[in-house]
Amino acid sequence: MAKLASELAKTPRKSVSLNMKNDPKITIDIPQCSKGHSSSDKSQLKNNDKSEFLSTAPRGLRKRLIVPRSHSDSESEYSASNSEDDEGVAQEYEEDTNEDILSQKIQAQNREVSAPVFRETPSKKMKREKTSHLVEKYFEAHSSSKVLTSDRTLQKLKRAKLDQQTLHNLLSKVSPSFSAELKQLNQQHEQLFHKWMLQLHLGFNIVLYGLGSKRDLLERFRTTMLQDCIHIVINGFFPGISVKSVLNSVTEVLDHVGTFRSVLDQLEWITNKFKEDSSLELFLLIHNLDSQMLRGDKSQQIIGQLSSLRNIYLIASIDHLNAPLMWDHAKQSLYNWLWYETTTYSHYTEETSYENSLLVKQSGSLPLSSLIHVLRSLTPNARGIFRLLIKYQLDNQDNPSYTGLCFQDFYQQCREAFLVNSDLTLRAQLTEFRDHKLIRTKKGTDGVEYLLIPVDNGILTDFLENEEEEL
Amino acid sequence: MATSSVSKGCFVFKPNFKKRKISVPIEDYFNKGKNASEDSKLRFETYQLIWQQMKSETERLQEELNKNLFDSLVEFLQTSHSGLWKNSKDWSCEIKLREIPTAALVLGVNVTDHDLTLRSLTEVLQNNVTPYVVSLQAKDCPDMKHFLQKLVSQLMDCKVDVQSKEKESVQVIQKNVHYSMDSLSAWYMSVTQKTDPKMPRKKRTSSSQWQSPPVVLILKDMESFTTKVLQDFIIISSQHLHEFPLILIFGIATSPVVIHRLLPHAVSSLLCIELFQSLSCKEHLTTVLDKLLLTTQFPFKLSEKVLQILTNIFLYHDFSIQNFIKGLQLSLLEHFYSQPLSVLCCNLPEAKRRIRFLSANQCENIRRLPSFRRYVEKQSSEKQVALLTSDKFLKEETQSLLENLHVYHKNYFLVLRCLHQFTSSLPKYPLGRQIRELYCMCLEKNIWDSEEYASVLQLLRLLAKDELMAMLQNCFKLFQSSSGKELGNTAKKIEEFLAQFQSLDAETKEEEDTSQSQSKGLQKTDLYHLQKSLLEMKELRSTSKRQTKFEVLREQVVSFVDSLVREYLLPPDTQPLHETLYFSSAHTLRQHLNAAPRIALHTALNNPYYYLKNEALRSEEGCIPNVAPDICIAYKLHLECSRLINLVDWSEAFATVVTAAEKMDANSVTSEERNEIIHARFIRAVSELELLGFIKPTKQKTDHVARLTWGGC
Repeated sequence: MAKLASELAKTPRKSVSLNMKNDPKITIDIPQCSKGHSSSDKSQLKNNDKSEFLSTAPRGLRKRLIVPRSHSDSESEYSASNSEDDEGVAQEYEEDTNEDILSQKIQAQNREVSAPVFRETPSKKMKREKTSHLVEKYFEAHSSSKVLTSDRTLQKLKRAKLDQQTLHNLLSKVSPSFSAELKQLNQQHEQLFHKWMLQLHLGFNIVLYGLGSKRDLLERFRTTMLQDCIHIVINGFFPGISVKSVLNSVTEVLDHVGTFRSVLDQLEWITNKFKEDSSLELFLLIHNLDSQMLRGDKSQQIIGQLSSLRNIYLIASIDHLNAPLMWDHAKQSLYNWLWYETTTYSHYTEETSYENSLLVKQSGSLPLSSLIHVLRSLTPNARGIFRLLIKYQLDNQDNPSYTGLCFQDFYQQCREAFLVNSDLTLRAQLTEFRDHKLIRTKKGTDGVEYLLIPVDNGILTDFLENEEEEL
Repeated sequence: MATSSVSKGCFVFKPNFKKRKISVPIEDYFNKGKNASEDSKLRFETYQLIWQQMKSETERLQEELNKNLFDSLVEFLQTSHSGLWKNSKDWSCEIKLREIPTAALVLGVNVTDHDLTLRSLTEVLQNNVTPYVVSLQAKDCPDMKHFLQKLVSQLMDCKVDVQSKEKESVQVIQKNVHYSMDSLSAWYMSVTQKTDPKMPRKKRTSSSQWQSPPVVLILKDMESFTTKVLQDFIIISSQHLHEFPLILIFGIATSPVVIHRLLPHAVSSLLCIELFQSLSCKEHLTTVLDKLLLTTQFPFKLSEKVLQILTNIFLYHDFSIQNFIKGLQLSLLEHFYSQPLSVLCCNLPEAKRRIRFLSANQCENIRRLPSFRRYVEKQSSEKQVALLTSDKFLKEETQSLLENLHVYHKNYFLVLRCLHQFTSSLPKYPLGRQIRELYCMCLEKNIWDSEEYASVLQLLRLLAKDELMAMLQNCFKLFQSSSGKELGNTAKKIEEFLAQFQSLDAETKEEEDTSQSQSKGLQKTDLYHLQKSLLEMKELRSTSKRQTKFEVLREQVVSFVDSLVREYLLPPDTQPLHETLYFSSAHTLRQHLNAAPRIALHTALNNPYYYLKNEALRSEEGCIPNVAPDICIAYKLHLECSRLINLVDWSEAFATVVTAAEKMDANSVTSEERNEIIHARFIRAVSELELLGFIKPTKQKTDHVARLTWGGC
């Protein structure tokens, strides 16, 4: 990856500087760079002068980078992308591409650019190999159980995890690029608003796809077109969303008081209501129809049925790569979609803000600050009990089959430390922890309760360190 | 923003009632989008008119096509039901009493169309057989309780529809929360008795079975029902059959074998199954095309590419008529929406009237039509000037052109059908088996230039007499049935041909005689002479073979067909003003109906220049410049990895790329802070990729993520 990175790092300059780089010093550099694996490579790169490494172009890599750009022949033509070090092949390709337009450059630079190989190769052959290649790629990726990656972890990096707020602050400092082009893209989409309204009224529903958050676009659609209509905005990315809440908000619009026995009953009631009163019109805007919470079969079925009502107009956005797989033919005909591609390149700020994102401090499991916060409000005894559990868990962190501390053992330990005097008091304490989601209990195969803290071990270590400092 | 919150996912916006009343009519959306285009209101009205006509036409067709099936179903229901209520002393009847009459209705894989079919079936049954028709779907009946509940509530509804008087009794039962077969049969008894209270009991058994109409239960998607529910229901209801006359109809998408796969023998033996097959969806499509597009009834036409796309979606994706109609609707809408001259897309007298009221702008639009320009270029120079300057002259000319266009279509479809008669039964079907294939070819280009057409002519020249005559007969009927005068001669000509063929019979006999007399001339000679005379005869025969009257006639017929084709089957884009009637924007149609979100996503990530036309983003194949959006860079880097990705390596690689990009513009921020920012950008890019489904967190190794795609994408 480091190779690719250095490669990408220099791309924009390349076209300008290609011909100037006949410097023998650089050509000597190349073999060094293209050998070896990423980690060693990286250290080497780091030692190098920045400007020098920018101008290097490892050969084997260059080949790997070459991916056909065509829009239509998508997925499978990247046959060259994953192959490991194949200098020989690269050599061959270079010979093949002698007639290439870039061949002069190649000669001039003495193999520095190994040229867009696939552009010139006959596409027929490629296509025949297309499917088999794709299959091979799958097995290549999943054949061996062990994967070779470096063992470095984020713990060692100081700026490992940021919380949502700092992340937001930091990102606000980044000046957006290509704003003119983005604006133009957005304007193109906005011109479609009237058409959307028309098509919605004529019984179609609209689904938006394409890279970038479509939230702002839909929001603009809402503010410009829907001000005088009844409409419901549904944030599919909201972690607590469910079909039930969607239906509830529909019934709220219809001024229904009372509850329903089941979702199906509710749906039926809504259907009847809309059939009775044809003057009723309702716009549903769903951001991320393909979100975790809504993508289930039943949810989709119900939303589909809702959208198939004549006076409910649905406009939704999808983002996930495999989102269309949610719908079989029956559901698709319920939805009666018209697809619109709205690539916006906007950032998914709102959509990812709820998410327990990989590098953002996790909110579902407990972050350090809240751990400390909760524990401070507890009695010293309770803190002691919890510390016991933490220590036990940390002692066992290298044990892969560790399932938790057995309740009896825990009780024994607590007694020995004079923290509790009966197992009832311990249970009372544990309930408190459980309410704060500090522990999780699991029944083992032998029927015994096991206690586990569902928090990252790293955080626990930090927590212990913190505690000791305070003491 | 009003629509983001950490505690709520749904936001209801309800403007106050007064405001809501001023709702915008749909037509306004039609014209506002395109800034003040011409005649938008008229166009929208025309759209709605044509669409309504097309829709009712398709519904009518559907009904017609299903008529046979429904008739036989109704007959089956009636006979099976009457059998059920005959005197039950007979032993065989006793057995029969245990068997629920069942119709297995094989509907084909186009699940989306089933709904419509079954709905009209329900209607037919309600009109002809019994008021008690209930249809259930698998998704409503996860268990027995729900099954019965749905059944009962729908039955009550049926009742209410038929006789609103009985509301009281209905309500009484509806309160009953506990649904059981017993209560059902009790209800049934009460209802049937109530309907004819005057009728004495004895009479009922004998005279007509309709005092006790059967209850028909339609299971819409039999395959997806839980087997347990089905089995239980069948067993229970077979016990109650004598007091609750049930008839089942299974809607089956796959094959009838599925019944036996779902139900064990013990259960299926309780059913008396009869199989019914619905019309195949392909035939359905052919009829729809035939009645909607290959006719002059509707002025709206599809271009070759559009038709191809619609049929391809049908044949390769879903076999769904409903979707095909949807595509048709969309193309109709797009046509009227995007083409200002589509205002002329209506029947001829109306179009002529509308031409008179065309505005100056619209006249300009006409002049701008490529087909019209081509037409103008062919005219004499005075006429050219007149056409380009005088609106009045232009309108007159447009009227006559439009008239020509209508005549052209009339002839076109006749000749197309005629040609189809000739080509549809040829070996290997060089021009396709279905008329839609032939139509597509004719729309695309001059069909007589194609190789297939040449081979068709070849094959026609080899046809036997009776085949040829049958074809001619059919064509004759075709031409006769049409009232058009333009092709009146053709019908006459075909009739002549037919007469000639018939008279041939007599002549051939004579010919045979002559050949026989020739053979008599063969006399005893020596070998040399024999050979010589044989050779002569061979030559004679080969020449005479071309000369047989039948062959001459056949040749004439073929060339006659050929001339017809060349004269009338010109592709529509040769006709001036064809743009007013033909919808040709295949691209939009494909985009909206058969979209490829995955490809769009990949293109956006892999080649941002495609969307953001900034020169800085232009790059050679496969590379992306380091100034590209963060997510593109992260994506590109992740493509290099195999199944697992180390986040640290990834982030460093990302930082390398991004710092290189930033170096170019002067940066005043301190390096530590800059690193922080870059890290934050990386985090954002990664979580976006996670949202898009390219990666997911994994526990396999610390600080690793799993890649969810392989290969290039």
